[in-house]
Amino acid sequence: MDPKTLRYAKTHEWASLENGICTVGLTKFAVDQLTDVIYIELPDLDDAVSLGSSFGEIESVKAVSDLYSPVNGDVVEVNGVLQNDPTLVSQDPYGKGWLIKVKVARGTTLDHLLTLDQYQQQIASEDH
Amino acid sequence: MPLRTPLYERHVARGARLVDFAGWDMPIQYTSVIEEHTTVRAAAGMFDVSHMGRLSFDGPDSLALIQHVFSNNAATMKEGQVRYGLVCNEAGGIRDDVLVYRWRYGYAMVVNASNRAKIVSWLEQHRGAWNVQVEDRTLGTAMLAVQGPRALELCRGMVPAEIDKLGYYHATPTQYQGKPCVVSRTGYTGEDGLEFIVAADQAVPLWDDLLARGVQPCGLGARDTLRIEAAMPLYGHEITEEIDPFQAGLSWAVKPDKGDFVGRAALLDRQQDPSRRLRVGLELAGKRIAREGALILHGQNPIGIVTSGTFAPTLQKTLAMGYVDPAYSAVGTECALDIRGKQEAARVVPLPFYKRPRTS
Repeated sequence: MDPKTLRYAKTHEWASLENGICTVGLTKFAVDQLTDVIYIELPDLDDAVSLGSSFGEIESVKAVSDLYSPVNGDVVEVNGVLQNDPTLVSQDPYGKGWLIKVKVARGTTLDHLLTLDQYQQQIASEDH
Repeated sequence: MPLRTPLYERHVARGARLVDFAGWDMPIQYTSVIEEHTTVRAAAGMFDVSHMGRLSFDGPDSLALIQHVFSNNAATMKEGQVRYGLVCNEAGGIRDDVLVYRWRYGYAMVVNASNRAKIVSWLEQHRGAWNVQVEDRTLGTAMLAVQGPRALELCRGMVPAEIDKLGYYHATPTQYQGKPCVVSRTGYTGEDGLEFIVAADQAVPLWDDLLARGVQPCGLGARDTLRIEAAMPLYGHEITEEIDPFQAGLSWAVKPDKGDFVGRAALLDRQQDPSRRLRVGLELAGKRIAREGALILHGQNPIGIVTSGTFAPTLQKTLAMGYVDPAYSAVGTECALDIRGKQEAARVVPLPFYKRPRTS
């Protein structure tokens, strides 16, 4: 995935929408902050996720963080490789480290999410 | 405004992540907790522990004052010996866990950063008419812990004292670059190693020297995972004003036969009470970490509470320590931990979780 074409949630998830399927991952900024990722809990297939609600958690040595869905919809695919190798999310957050794919309702857009520029402004203010 | 150790600029320059710890700006990690942890188990790492309180005792009644507030026996210590013990309150709860150093002419004590002010005033309160001066030397000095199986080898030749002949839990005054310094064979990681106490202006040269010798900087994050594997208690977690040393599994550091000390009578009473919760080690079946405050359950009944938990990088296990009702403290007892509203299976395992392999 090209970070330039993705949209971003304030809670550090990225989203990419193609043919009614939204792929969701965590940003590089977020995984760099976490370091030492040891476990990622993801939903089951067909689970419903909703905008702004937790769909899983990511556990690092220091802390646990919720993963928040950037869209409403149903989970149609889960990145099962992360169960065995959660560090993929750190190594390749925009590629092999994606988290879930969500089927969204017709007409759904990502316009409510931040652009890369807007997201970068947000993290610049967080990363003091 | 948080306090800064003399190595603050070095931490910033290395890109360490800094956190406020007990009022000090301290490095939590430089690279990654797991990498720093692994380095200490496999080679050697160094920790800036200058935030820990360093007190010196001078005067003929130094021993009397220490004996009065210390659960262990300082009277049997020989010159150059270091001894772990507790400072208890009148109810037998733990005010701090400390190290006492016996010098030829006096004593020193290293206390937790979070308890420094409390212990200094406690000593003042109990000094009475004794002829003893307690000096808080924390801000004028620095302390560096070099830990790991290669620690001694990498530190060889740094000081004139023969560090290889320094026994475990022994210390010696020596010099670093011609200036007074203390080296002790102590630490908080479960590995062999040394701790250096130098004047504040020697901290940077010592740090740079160790770095050039191949000792890797490690932060408080790795210090925590290392001490959890070694099952060493941390003040504010496994030990508090409400917990007594017997509950905490520290009876070896309590010597009621040495004579009276603050908390002794209460401790002997508490020892008779079989209902007190006991510290246990827990191994979780899954990978979710039970952190401080997580409830320990048996069926639906709360039987205890978690005080520390982590993923243990050396053992590759999810571990926790906590306190449980004595009926559930036996090794092998199955229980569940409530982690953010979801139960995870765990069982009581022996402490320490990790013991370093003996090389000699």
